[in-house]
Formats: sequence, structure tokens, C-alpha cells
Amino acid sequence: MTGTLNLKELLTSNIRQSGILLALVVIVGFFSVLQPNFLTPGNLTNIVLQYSYILILAIGMIIVIIGGHIDLSVGSLVALTGATAAVVSIRSGMPWWVGVLAALAVGVLAGCWQGFWVAYVGIPAFIVTLAGMLIFRGLTFQVLDNVSLSPFGGTYYQIANGFQNGILGGYGVDVFTLVIFAVAVLGYAVNAWRQRRAAVSYEQEVGALPLFVLKVVAVGAVVMWFGYQLAQSRGLPNVLILLAVLVLIYGLVTQKTVFGRNVYAIGGNLTAAKLSGVKVKKVNFLIFVNMGLLSGIAGVVFSSRMNGAQPGAGNMFELDAIAACFIGGAAVTGGVGRVSGAMIGGLIMAVMSNGMQLMGADQSTQQLVKGLVLLLAVAFDVYNKRRAGS
Amino acid sequence: MSDTILEMRGITKTFPGVKALEDVTLKVRRGEIHAICGENGAGKSTLMKVLSGVYPHGTYEGDILLDGDPVRFASINDSESQGVVIIHQELALVPHLSIAENMYLGNERRGRGGLIDWHRTNRDATELMDRVGLHELPVTKIGHIGVGKQQLVEIAKALSKDVRLLILDEPTAALNDSDSAHLLGLLRQLRDQGVTCIMISHKLGEIADIADRTTIIRDGRTIETLDMGEAGSTQDRIIRGMVGRDMEHRYPEREPHVGEEMLRVEQWRVHHPTQTDRVVIDDASFSVRAGEVVGIAGLMGAGRTELMMSIFGRSYGRDISGRVLKQGQEVDVSTVSRAIGHGIAYATEDRKAYGLNLIDDIRHNTSAAGLDKLSRLGWVNGLEELKVAQDYRRDLNTRTPSVLNSVGKLSGGNQQKVVLAKWLFTDPDVLILDEPTRGIDVGAKYEIYTIINRMVAAGKAVVVISSELPELLGISDRIYTLAFGRITGEMPVAEATQERLMSLMTMEKEGAAR
Repeated sequence: MTGTLNLKELLTSNIRQSGILLALVVIVGFFSVLQPNFLTPGNLTNIVLQYSYILILAIGMIIVIIGGHIDLSVGSLVALTGATAAVVSIRSGMPWWVGVLAALAVGVLAGCWQGFWVAYVGIPAFIVTLAGMLIFRGLTFQVLDNVSLSPFGGTYYQIANGFQNGILGGYGVDVFTLVIFAVAVLGYAVNAWRQRRAAVSYEQEVGALPLFVLKVVAVGAVVMWFGYQLAQSRGLPNVLILLAVLVLIYGLVTQKTVFGRNVYAIGGNLTAAKLSGVKVKKVNFLIFVNMGLLSGIAGVVFSSRMNGAQPGAGNMFELDAIAACFIGGAAVTGGVGRVSGAMIGGLIMAVMSNGMQLMGADQSTQQLVKGLVLLLAVAFDVYNKRRAGS
Repeated sequence: MSDTILEMRGITKTFPGVKALEDVTLKVRRGEIHAICGENGAGKSTLMKVLSGVYPHGTYEGDILLDGDPVRFASINDSESQGVVIIHQELALVPHLSIAENMYLGNERRGRGGLIDWHRTNRDATELMDRVGLHELPVTKIGHIGVGKQQLVEIAKALSKDVRLLILDEPTAALNDSDSAHLLGLLRQLRDQGVTCIMISHKLGEIADIADRTTIIRDGRTIETLDMGEAGSTQDRIIRGMVGRDMEHRYPEREPHVGEEMLRVEQWRVHHPTQTDRVVIDDASFSVRAGEVVGIAGLMGAGRTELMMSIFGRSYGRDISGRVLKQGQEVDVSTVSRAIGHGIAYATEDRKAYGLNLIDDIRHNTSAAGLDKLSRLGWVNGLEELKVAQDYRRDLNTRTPSVLNSVGKLSGGNQQKVVLAKWLFTDPDVLILDEPTRGIDVGAKYEIYTIINRMVAAGKAVVVISSELPELLGISDRIYTLAFGRITGEMPVAEATQERLMSLMTMEKEGAAR
């Protein structure tokens, strides 16, 4: 009974995802009208550079939240891992990659520590990570002896500030960047088509063909336009490549692996998951180890961007990451959410901060507006859920 | 005052894509007990939600007349102020609050300055508790009394709101026989005091016993209203009305082909998880053979679920001792995944709390226990998973447009089929079914029995726990009785009668000869 859906059915069947995507489009439109500088190549590049570490954290955080937990320690852990890299690379003078590995190792260790308490001792993640927030911050101060360490310089600095350009030449527009984006769009189109074919062969409903083509073309056009903007500016940022790879990997991990499925099962109904043979402790442990690893990566990116490590780095990052997840459709009770949603949620926060900065709004206004957006986004979600339920 | 307390006329309620009720008519006479029967998903609960204002006026078509006057409830508070009180199947009590606090929750007895007058609260609560025959202290925490008594608290709470029309949604579904009997007695007593009752129930014996009239609903329409005093109003007649067909055999026929011993449990002993010196299962031994359905009979609290869950990956209790043998070999079932690995499956009695992830779809719930079979190196084959879910939907006749629909929106019978699909997919040798037909309708029950028969025909061993003795007698080959954590008897079904089983199920420790 293969059927096709029209536009309205497609949108309403996935109202969460289409709702936040629509919100992102509206916000981008809003700022581009008010601020001519907003959609310029230079500024778009800036947005990517400025918020990449929050997006990286949000990837780990969405998995934590789907599992029914929360992690308040990631901001402190970003500081600690960045500090570790600085101590290794700057103070001890070791090569840049040793610093990176040390930061990641510290991140994983911290994740193991928190995972142990949550999974095997059974202490709620809120408490464990609240403690972690204090512990890791304290350790950061100790590791850095209460002073900032800088500069990294060299390759380490290039991680968050470098670009890939000029490899294939071009006249003011970087060809390499365009080629990479074209390959990505092609890959997306081919994958979407294969998914659609498979869904049809397994007798699932799919959107009508013209709509499908329209969607792929629209997504492709937006992505290529974005690529063209970057190519006009400084080329392809290294962090964007890193972020894209992470999103791809974790999108697959959450949707296509046993681990990902188990996370949804635990967050959805813990007892049912236990009685279905899910190794709950192991999965919970791994959720936090993974969060630690991603905090380590974010720590490297952030310290690289700052070209140094400060004891107070990463303050409030956890709240931005958590907000990104909830704006992106995650449920407080767990079991619901997607990496793509968290990314859109993170982008909404990023675009708003950037847009307001361009308009000269001060810090207080920015926080106020961001808080309201978080509240409204979740209220919209709740409203939809209630309407669907009655 | 007219003879009719409630009349619902031409009620039609539509959800997106589904017509849940169509032109339903219901007339309830003053001072009667009026039963409402129907398969799951027939629209009984929806009708009661319309009546009690859960679905406010304007979201449905039709009229509700109370004492002949049209009423338009905007909320539950509205209906309650008119003396229409609904008690849901899932009780709405707060476990950490006392009986009295629960009874006056949202309706607090205020004293001077708006502060709560606890003396009056507790005194009034005690009075109402006396009226429903509940002998507890008003300050006892709800969590410390059993489900049967909690049900009485709900009724007392309704009485505190000056109820005229009491609606009960499957009030005895979770109660044992003596608690049920007490509750039904109480309903009769309330009727004599002038409280009209509407009762949704699946237990036809109970309806025959207590109801004055019965309205049957099928597929969102009223089929008929029977006067239970008349000779033609038999259980068979009700079943016929509910399923729309004759139901001569409530249990499908089966030729038993009992084979080798599949599972044996020896000297199983389990302690309570928190009260460590309390023995919940005492020295229980039983076995089940390939191709055999073994029934476990026991009253609520006898330890049936505790016995099975402690075997299935030590999911209950502590300090567990005893041996589990699979086809003669001792096996390690100390974790759920090991138990599944040894071909044991346990379908829980509480499918909503323990069996399903209600916010996820049918597909993912079907594969939840068998993901290993669908994955290589940790990667799930999503398309194969979809195919498996669709195959089971077809095979078990699960009524849903798509396996991508949320499990939470299915009716009880269809949810149970998803639970069964989940366990069938693990390809178990021993399938333990804990109350497999609780809260599901007659038609779906028959389908579940058919699935059980197919399992044993394929050489599997099935253990069924059930509170309904006719069901155990109808589907088992052999029955064990369990009382106070001990196995008190074992007999082939041919020798078993309800009376004999019941006497073994109530056998206390001194008399337990085994």
C-alpha cells in the first residue's frame, strides 16, 4: 500500500522539525532585512567560527538528553581540556598534536568519571554533573596556576582559525570550497533518492515525486549558496569540515546503530529497556564517555580559537548547548530528539546572537531575547503535542 | 424529577482521521448500575471522556442532558460541580500523600484564614472511609495500602464531591477476587443510597452479577441496551453484540503434542528487594515441556510476577538461590540479555510501564529485544527492521495503518500484540506470558490464544500467568498453583476445576503439602 503524501501532510507529519526549520528561516530573513551586513560572506564565515564549539557540544548533549539525563559540566570540561592542551603544548613545548590528544584523553577520562557515578552508582546525572562543573573548574584553575596560557600559534591555532582554500585556484572565488560543497550536495541527493527507493520497496508512504525533487533542489541550492558565500570569503573553515564530519557520524550513530537505538529506548522507558535486555549501565556509561570526548574536541576548538587557555573559559557553554537541544525539539523527559534538530536549534541561537551583535544590541538584551526564544520554542512544542494528543 | 438521570443524544466525536464515536445514544436511569461493554477501541472511554468534560463542549457533536437539562461541560471541574465524577482505570492518587490528603486534593477543607483545617479533613475522611468500608487511618500514606484499598479511596474521594453519577472505568481490572467482591458490594450499597453508577468493564461475569442494564458499543456506535433482568440477556448475547459475531468457542481448539522437557526451575528462593529478611518466593520448583502450555494460578500478591521476573535476568528481588535448567543443562540467567540468549522471553503484565516505549513507534518496539539479530558490528539494518515489523503486524493482525505509528496510540489489545511481536522476534524456546489478556477485549483475547497455540504447535514451551481461572482452564495443559510465594499444587488441566484451584491458591503455609 505504497502511497504518497502531499505538502501539507509532509509538513504536519513532522511538525517539530519543519517548525524549527521555519523559525530558523524566519530569523535569518529578519536579520538580513534589518542588517545588510548579515548575509555577507565574511559574516557567515564568522557565525561558523563563533559557534562551532557550541554545536559540537550540542551533538553530545542531545544524546545525553535523549537518554533522559543532563550534563551541566561541559563548560568546565571545555576549560579543563583546553587548559590541558595549553599546558602540554605551550608550557611543556610538545608538538601541537600531543596537546590535542591530551585534551581528548582528559575529556574521555572525565566522561568515564561521570559515567561511573551515573551508570554504576546510580546518582542522577544532574547531581553528578553539577559536582563535575565545580570539580573540573577547580582543576582548570589548578592546572593553569590561575593564569592564562597563550599563544598556541602554528598548527594548533589553525584548527579553529584556518581555512582550506586556494588548493584548486580560482579568481576571487575558491574552487576547492565549491567542489567540496558540490560533492556534499550530490552525496545528499543520491542518498535521499536511495532512501526513497528503499522506502517504496518496503511499502512505505513517501512524499509525492515533484515535492521530493523540489526539496532536494531547495536544500541543494541553499547549501551551494552558502558554499559560494564561503568561497568568496576565506574559503572552507577547518572547523566546518570537523563539524560536518561529526554531524554525519553522530547522525548515523543515533539513527542506525544499536547503541543509538538503546539510548532512545532508555530515555523512552527505562524499565522496558531493561526488560528487553538493553545493558542500561553500559549504555549510560558510554553516553557520558562520549560527552566527555566531544567536550574535549570542543575544548580544543575553543582554545584554538582563543589562541590560549583561560581559567574562566567555557563559562555557561553547557546552558547554550542544552538550550540548542531543547529548541531543537528534544524532550525534557528523554527519548525524543535528533542531532539535526539540535544543530538547527544551535544555529537559531548562533544566528540570533550574531544578528543582535551586528545591530549593536548589548549583552543584556541578547540574553533576554535568547531566554525568551528558548521558552517560546518549547512552548510551541508543548502546544503542538497537546493538540496532537486531544 | 424524571426517571432518566442522564441522556446522551447523537454524540459524534472525531479525531484527525478517525471517527471515534458516531451518533451514540446512552440513557441512564436514576439509581441504576449501568454497564458499558465493548471491545477495546470501541469508544467506551472516549464516550466517558465526553461525558465528564475531559473533551469539552464544542469538541464533539450531540447533546448531554442531565436530569433533562442540557449541560455543557468545559472541564472536569464543571462536570464534578454537577455531581458527575469519573474514576479512571489508572488511579490518580499521589503515593507520598496520606489517604485524607489525597481525598481532599484540589478540594481542601479550609479553616480560618484559608489555611487547611487538618482536624476537619481527617475527621471527614474517616467518615467517608467508613462509608466505603475502608478501615485505615486517614494519615496512612497511599503508597502503603494495596490497589484494592486505593480504589476505595478514589470512591470515597468521589463521595466527598457529592457525587450523583459515578463513572468507573474498569474498576476491578487490577483487583483480586475478594477486593472485587467488596467493591461490587459497595457499588450496590451506593446504588441503594441513590448514587447512579456507570461502569465500564470487560468482566462479563461481573456485569451479569451487578448491572441493572448494559449498553453495548461497537466501532463507535451504540448496538443495544440490554435489561439484565430479562432472560435473553446472557453473557453470550453480550459477546455477540461486542464482536458482532457468534463466539461459540472462547478458546481455540488445540491438539496437545507435548515433547521433551524445555525448562526446569528448582528450589527457587527469592528475597524482597528492600525488606531483606522477607522471603517472597519460597522453594519453588516447576517445569515446562516443549509444546506445552503451563498455567500459573495465584491470587494477586502470591508472587507470580515476582517468580517469573526473578528468573528472567534477576529483574526482581535479591539473594536469589536455586537452579534453572534448560533442556537438562543448567543455564546462567543472571542478566536479561543472558536469559534472552538462552531462549527465554518474558512478556510483562504491565505493558505500559514495563513492556513498551510508548513514545516510540511500532517498528522500534518490535525490534527492541532482538536488535542483535538485525545488526552487524553494531549497525542496525533499518530496512530489514521495517520488514520484520511489517511481517509481525500482518502475522499477528495488529490493527494500525503503519508500523511507523506511535505505540502509545494503539488500543490495549494491539499494544499487547506489539509486546508479543517483540518477544516472538527473539525466537524464544520458552515464552513466559504474564497476564497476556489483561485489559483487552474478547476478540483480541481470542487472537492472543491463537498465537499461543501457534507457538506451542511450533514446539515452544509457554508459561501463562493469569488471574482469570476460566482462561487458564481454557488454554493450559497443566496448571501450577501459587500461594504466598509457595507452589501449592500441580495438576493436568483435565483434573482441574475452578474450585479446586481456588482452594490451593488460598492454602496457607501450615497446610502447604509439598
